[in-house]
Amino acid sequence: MRQRSIIAFTAALAAGSLTLTACGSRDDDSDSSSGDKTTVVIGVDAPLTGDLSALGLGIKNSADLAAKTANEEEYVDGVEFKIEPLDDQAQPSVGQQNAQKFISNDEVLGVVGPLNSSVSQQMQKPFADAGLTQVSPANTGTELTQGDGWKTGDSVRQFDTFFRTATTDEIQGAFAADYLYNQAKIKKVYLIDDQKTYGAGLAASFETNFTKLGGEIVGNDHINPDDRDFNAVVAKIKDTGAEALYYGGEYPAAAPLSQQLKDSGQNIPLMGGDGIYSGEYPKLNKKAEGDLATSVGEPVEELDSAQTFIKDYEAAGYEDAYEAYGGLTYDATWSIIEAVKLAVEGNDGQLPDDGRKAVLDAMADVKFDGVTGTISFDEFGDTTNHTMTAYKVKDNAWAAEFSGEPKL
Amino acid sequence: MNELPQQLANGLILGAMYGLIAIGYTMVYGIVQLINFAHGEIFMVGGFGALTVWLWLPEGFALGAAVPLMILGGIVVSVAFATAAERFAYRPLRTAPRLAPLITAIGLSIVLQQVVWMWYPDAKKDRPFPQFEGGPFDVFGANIQRGDLFVLIAAPLCMVALGFFVTKTRSGRGMQATAQDPDTAKLMGVNTDRIIVMAFAIGAAFAAIAAVAYGLKNGQVGFRMGFLMGLKAFTAAVLGGIGNIYGAMLGGIVLGVAESLATGYIGDIPGMELFGGGAWKDVWAFALLILVLLFRPQGLLGERVADRA
Repeated sequence: MRQRSIIAFTAALAAGSLTLTACGSRDDDSDSSSGDKTTVVIGVDAPLTGDLSALGLGIKNSADLAAKTANEEEYVDGVEFKIEPLDDQAQPSVGQQNAQKFISNDEVLGVVGPLNSSVSQQMQKPFADAGLTQVSPANTGTELTQGDGWKTGDSVRQFDTFFRTATTDEIQGAFAADYLYNQAKIKKVYLIDDQKTYGAGLAASFETNFTKLGGEIVGNDHINPDDRDFNAVVAKIKDTGAEALYYGGEYPAAAPLSQQLKDSGQNIPLMGGDGIYSGEYPKLNKKAEGDLATSVGEPVEELDSAQTFIKDYEAAGYEDAYEAYGGLTYDATWSIIEAVKLAVEGNDGQLPDDGRKAVLDAMADVKFDGVTGTISFDEFGDTTNHTMTAYKVKDNAWAAEFSGEPKL
Repeated sequence: MNELPQQLANGLILGAMYGLIAIGYTMVYGIVQLINFAHGEIFMVGGFGALTVWLWLPEGFALGAAVPLMILGGIVVSVAFATAAERFAYRPLRTAPRLAPLITAIGLSIVLQQVVWMWYPDAKKDRPFPQFEGGPFDVFGANIQRGDLFVLIAAPLCMVALGFFVTKTRSGRGMQATAQDPDTAKLMGVNTDRIIVMAFAIGAAFAAIAAVAYGLKNGQVGFRMGFLMGLKAFTAAVLGGIGNIYGAMLGGIVLGVAESLATGYIGDIPGMELFGGGAWKDVWAFALLILVLLFRPQGLLGERVADRA
């Protein structure tokens, strides 16, 4: 009996902690004072628990902010937007279950998310079958929209329902290579990735573009993103004559990697993609000075819309920061809101009976000035906003260095 | 090959940290035959305990003077969690089939991660940990960072103290007796419950010291840091011979050096380019473990503390 009570206790504790988490997320929902308005639910799928939860919670809050803003402004007449966030735990199988939940809820007319490309791969097909629009703020895997043929120029759209406000690895890798070779005049690079879909894809794209320009990859290695000790790896870089280290991965591993690189007596910069462009990076890395990152869009300081977003986000009092994908999530959510508006306006101010189809049809015509620039989607569902910015760590903070569009 | 001293030093530092955590696995296993999978999380909460002390101290407090206080804070938190786990999760299951406490340990590990994730301020991402200012020391051609000195000093000191405690003190001898035969030990007047709590507490204290070393070395602590480190430390304990305290440290160092050398050199062997580097180091470390267990199933140093038939 005693054993049973302990197991029950542990189970209760575990269940309790899960319930509490759920409560926490429910608190943020907008007031359901819908009155005689039609409710449109926008699903949000992101990792709300686990080690990527900081990014996931930023996504959830930013989507929530977009819906609240639309409701306050009464942006679409007669429509009240609601957010339904689900936690995918960064696991493809959970993501697929969430997709089914969204599909079975008739009020869901669009889904924002997920964070991970691997999760997205499992969600695309069910959404396509159900004709439900999905806009990811963070998936960068080029094959998600263009198929495996993109490397050879045979890009084929994979799913009509998949869109993204994030840029592709192809564009980001090309921009990073161009910046490093032509602007920073670095010709020899050591390449490391974390073996995940994002990191490996970005590193591969960088390698292709950098060697095309005439640069040399003097060595490469792969690391485990859960490790924090990379001394053995950085010791190998010393004799290769590398002038920079390019890392495909995210900031939690990139910060100690960069610090250990400099501790080992090698004063060369680490460069990464939007996965390391986080305010946390210079905080976790005491020797981040001079490190480089690329990120989508113009620098936040130069866009009024981004300023408004940051101000509103702070005013809304969310517990967690909007993080790297906040702006892109806001834009992704807003693109669905915009599509709903187009659908309603095209149907005499009423939401069409087949709302999902109407929203999907309207996605091609969506165009607006978002947080990260002008948002619209090309024939593959990719964002047409190809502007990238290179950032450099100066005085322990990221500072914009150079903006432009990569030559593809 | 000129980076060999550097790679050996890297392996030694990493291995000493594995060894300190492995002590907790090996002591608990030696006495109650429980693989305490929540030990990695005990290590993690120790790191947060130390960080909390640092955040409490006034701005500009010298890190050198703060480190002893941080160790103390880490130990208090780790020991509190470990003894509470023993009292409320493991003790009621002591007579249950062995799988029950094992599964409990895994559950506890998840609970502890989520507790820190949810209630420690800003712990949803990695938190920065203070580090010593100043450049590295050059020792026989290897760069030794200031933060790494800590574990290189702490690990041997801890081992000497533990060896002394186990063999020379009354409680230590009680511990050996309990490991050999708990029922007889009880008949001889040894308070076995207290001994078991003590084993958990000592393991937790060592894990907290390892956590401070981890923080000083990597400049961050995070709620997930216990998982991989715990797994590696458990491997180290098995490699060295689970139940043997010196084996745990030896196993840790062998594992650390093996990982570091595998990262550095396997890829240089002709024909092995694909199997080298950071991606394959764990494969080689575990291959080494399997090899050792094939020829010495009891691990490098056998099972000295708990030689139970």
